[in-house]
Amino acid sequence: MILRLTWRNLWRNRRRSFITMTSVTFAVLLAVLMQSFQKGVFDYLVNNVVGFYYGYLQVHRQGYWEEQVVDNSFTQQDSVYNTIKRLPGVKEVIPRLETFILAASGNNSKGCMLAGTDPEKENRLSGIAQKITSGSLPGKNEKAVLLAEGFAKRLKVNAGDTLILFGQGYHGSTAAGKFPIRGIVHFGSPQLNEGLVFLPLEQAMELLGAENQLTSYALVIDDPSRLSAIQASVRKITPENFEVMNWKELMPDIANHIKADGASFYIFTGILYLIIAFGIFGTILMMTAERRYEFGMLTAIGMKKSRLGLILFLESLFITLIGVLAGLLASLPPVIYFNRHPLVLKGEMARIYEQFGFEAIFPTAVDPGIFITQSIIVLVIAFITGLYPVWHISRLDPYNAMKR
Amino acid sequence: MKKTVIDAHNLTRIYDEKTIPVYALNGVHLHIEEGEFTAIKGPSGSGKTTLLNMIGGLDSPTGGWVEINGTNITGLKGGALIDFRLHNIGFVFQSYNLIPVLTAWENIEFILLLQKRPATERRKRVNELLAQVGLNDKARKRPAELSGGQQQRVAVARALAPKPQFILADEPTANLDSVSASNLLDIMDKLNKEENITFIFSTHDQRVIDRARRVITLEDGKIVADTAPASIVHETTGEK
Repeated sequence: MILRLTWRNLWRNRRRSFITMTSVTFAVLLAVLMQSFQKGVFDYLVNNVVGFYYGYLQVHRQGYWEEQVVDNSFTQQDSVYNTIKRLPGVKEVIPRLETFILAASGNNSKGCMLAGTDPEKENRLSGIAQKITSGSLPGKNEKAVLLAEGFAKRLKVNAGDTLILFGQGYHGSTAAGKFPIRGIVHFGSPQLNEGLVFLPLEQAMELLGAENQLTSYALVIDDPSRLSAIQASVRKITPENFEVMNWKELMPDIANHIKADGASFYIFTGILYLIIAFGIFGTILMMTAERRYEFGMLTAIGMKKSRLGLILFLESLFITLIGVLAGLLASLPPVIYFNRHPLVLKGEMARIYEQFGFEAIFPTAVDPGIFITQSIIVLVIAFITGLYPVWHISRLDPYNAMKR
Repeated sequence: MKKTVIDAHNLTRIYDEKTIPVYALNGVHLHIEEGEFTAIKGPSGSGKTTLLNMIGGLDSPTGGWVEINGTNITGLKGGALIDFRLHNIGFVFQSYNLIPVLTAWENIEFILLLQKRPATERRKRVNELLAQVGLNDKARKRPAELSGGQQQRVAVARALAPKPQFILADEPTANLDSVSASNLLDIMDKLNKEENITFIFSTHDQRVIDRARRVITLEDGKIVADTAPASIVHETTGEK
């Protein structure tokens, strides 16, 4: 009886129920889209900088990150490498020798980050081979470089040209060498795209006079959500004079940006939820006021207040539930569409984003957690606002309620 | 000897007690026996509805008490009072007050559902009541699809459904045309005579007053006339 009455009462004032459901639908749609875009953009950003180069964790000699010079490198030890690689959750360990160096071609010279690395392992980290826009990946020990696309443009060079690298090597030695450009690669992160040069590890050691030296192990992990646990277990097995840093510590700017943007997102969605809450509450308030006489009559003829309260509570819950379901259904197509076809800003707007270190590409994240979270939040709002009629009924005096 | 259904003693209801007290009821004694067909009449503001509300347990007296079938309802509160009303008192309101989203059949069944009666019993009782008020063919109609007279007949059937001690009807014919009012009164009269159901009306309507077998007249919160059988008048007023 309770469900029958609740369901029929929902459709007593079809227009009002429809307006309330629609407002809940739009609110859920908006909240899901907002959170999907926010998460999608940040996942994309993290994936570009973390997945394509930095790795979720890095192991260095203590103090390297503070002063990134070859002199702060460490001697490659198979035992450390193998122990880290065997840890559960660690998918790949990429040894690197990195330093800042001057790159020149013709009359142009620019500073860049030289990354001496194993091209095959690097490919396993990021699928870099698929990002090559011209040329190919250098062989494991080939004396050739792979240039980031933006950097190649700045130097006005192409695959097949020659690049001169010049700088300071290990313990004050001079590093100088001439390398053919094997390929050009595109990085999603503007920061990487504007200044990264890959050189096979053996060649980098030779160039910098740093035989068997490494500056870092970059770690690829299975599950980013277990980052802290994996970081802790890596820290446990590495020698004391090593530092183990996660991507948030390596790139605090990005981590802070995500945090700050997350805060503004919560404020914005908070306002949205407030609007939803007032929308639902307004309907409930009207419904309660309009049917006051009827409530009085129902208690007069013998309906318990608890039953009556339950009916009203369920009415507001059902209205919201229908709105939430419709909102979820309505949000699925755009979320999936923008995940597969991200919004791409061009021109001046894109340039502004790139200045802040972002690629102006906005995909959505198709994460069931977002749909579930938004539904639960709106249902909790409905639950709280739905308590008002229950409270109202508990204080109802049939005699006063039936006064016209 | 007939069973006493309602026994009200020295009922007083004062509104605005702290400012300018208004006596809606002023020391009313009332004794109603099973099977009575009683009309309470009086001008507006005489206290008819207040008296009905007191008897129905919808309002509490400032002084005095009401006993229904031996239970002092003045002391009942909250859920116990609602439960008491559900099982002992049938209400018929001036504006019918059927549940608009339920059909005529469901409106009658509603009370039996509140009483948690089994489905077979509910079905039998609702069909029986619809037949008694002559609305078998309107069972599946919602209130909005029924005329005022038909709605009020459904309301009477709903009030009868739980087999209450008595039916309280507040101006039941006030919104009805003469034909509908006459039909409704015929039905109630028949139920009273054939099934000994007790009816108490508050009314202005001469048609109801003419049909009543006892007429109580209220003025300024006091009973000024009562055409009850002499034994009842003596008992309720304390006359010897």
